[in-house]
Amino acid sequence: MAPFGGWDMPIQYDSILAEAKAVRGGAGMFDVSHMGRVEITGPGAAAFLNRILSSDVPKLRIGRARYGVICNPQGGIIDDTIVYRLDEERYLLVPNAGNADEVIDWLGKWAPDEGAVMDVITDKLAMIAVQGPNAVTILDAMTQHELSLVKPFRIVEVPLMGGSALLARTGYTGEDGFEVMLPSDSAVALWEALTEAGVTPCGLGARDVLRLEAGLPLHGNDIDATTNPYEAGLGRFVDPDREGYVAGNALKHIRDDGPDRSLIGFVMTGRGIARQGHRIMSGADQIGEVTSGSVSPTLDMNIGMGYVPTGFSDTGTRLQIDVRGRMVEASVKPLPFYSRRKSV
Amino acid sequence: MSVPENLKYYKEHDWVRLDSDGLAVVGITEFAAESLGDIVFIELPEPGTEVKQFDKLGEIESVKAVSDLYTPIGGRVVESNQAVTDAPETVNDSPYDDGWLVKIEPGDTSEMDNLLSAVEYEALLAAEG
Repeated sequence: MAPFGGWDMPIQYDSILAEAKAVRGGAGMFDVSHMGRVEITGPGAAAFLNRILSSDVPKLRIGRARYGVICNPQGGIIDDTIVYRLDEERYLLVPNAGNADEVIDWLGKWAPDEGAVMDVITDKLAMIAVQGPNAVTILDAMTQHELSLVKPFRIVEVPLMGGSALLARTGYTGEDGFEVMLPSDSAVALWEALTEAGVTPCGLGARDVLRLEAGLPLHGNDIDATTNPYEAGLGRFVDPDREGYVAGNALKHIRDDGPDRSLIGFVMTGRGIARQGHRIMSGADQIGEVTSGSVSPTLDMNIGMGYVPTGFSDTGTRLQIDVRGRMVEASVKPLPFYSRRKSV
Repeated sequence: MSVPENLKYYKEHDWVRLDSDGLAVVGITEFAAESLGDIVFIELPEPGTEVKQFDKLGEIESVKAVSDLYTPIGGRVVESNQAVTDAPETVNDSPYDDGWLVKIEPGDTSEMDNLLSAVEYEALLAAEG
């Protein structure tokens, strides 16, 4: 167990590599109850969120989810989050555990004074991500709902474990599956039922490996308040031209000028594993810093991400990573490193 | 947790054994291997490297963390185990046998007296809890 964002979280249940393999080849589950859950309701909810989130919130239809970032007025990323529209005037935000308090403060600062009410429901709902090629079939058998018909980035409310649960076809592994939100007092029963169904319990270690393989940034590593969504490769999730958007002006400038640096993926072509904080070199010059690095069990390679000046971001560009004083060869690779075969 | 009686131990969870050919065989303990988790990368010294007792000998990396490897005995490295650099998981599977790391020609075998016996190492593990 390790402290993480104010919670005690398992890094691994058994073996990080075995858990990652289970998710790619079968089904794994992650207790992600540490992530924040904030409900925004009322006639002004959409307009309020539209000032805060990077995407066009009023356009989001009921039952759909959208990934986006929350930026400060300088365009720096306070957090990345998924917003779900549960009903006409009801939205759910899921910020990262370590940022939940900051996001809630930030939302409060822009004052829901326009007919929107904010309610932090993190402790009321538990959240379990069930991920992997077998995840949908396994959950389907428990819910009496045709879950295979639920498209990616959709959310449905279905009976589960004798109560009602929200099931979103989203995740953070690059694999098919659902994130299940249900009353906290039913969470243990669901966990046990999933274990019974052969789903492998997975910890934060496997989650980090899987998200990196899928090229998904981790806030605190790859994105933070000193990075903007365009250099992080998240420009497609940003619409800066909306009236009243708090980060609109700064982000318009960054978009129009083009970012100076880019978050790239790289594979190690020499022997060594890149880690967060290692220097990215081009010959004798430092050109950037590794933001995430790990072994990739799925690809059987060592992979990483980091920011480099845009001139060094082309696929195949040769770099060196300073692995504790050893210069190890690496090569720029397009993200994501891993992409599952589309089956839905 | 296995702590073989025929080995000597350094507190950083390394073991050493003096073989009849006069060479010292060095590895990490089962406790170390289990604590690290899946070992995915091992960096060992080239043969010919001279090391002093308790010097850094190399690096062992699991999925999540990097650990330094220390030598329980000084001397000249005569062999690094190619099988473990090629397949680092060997150290998880067999820390005391197939997962040995380096063979060293000791400079002074009396350095063995500075190390822990199996009983003492077990006491250390118990104290570390």
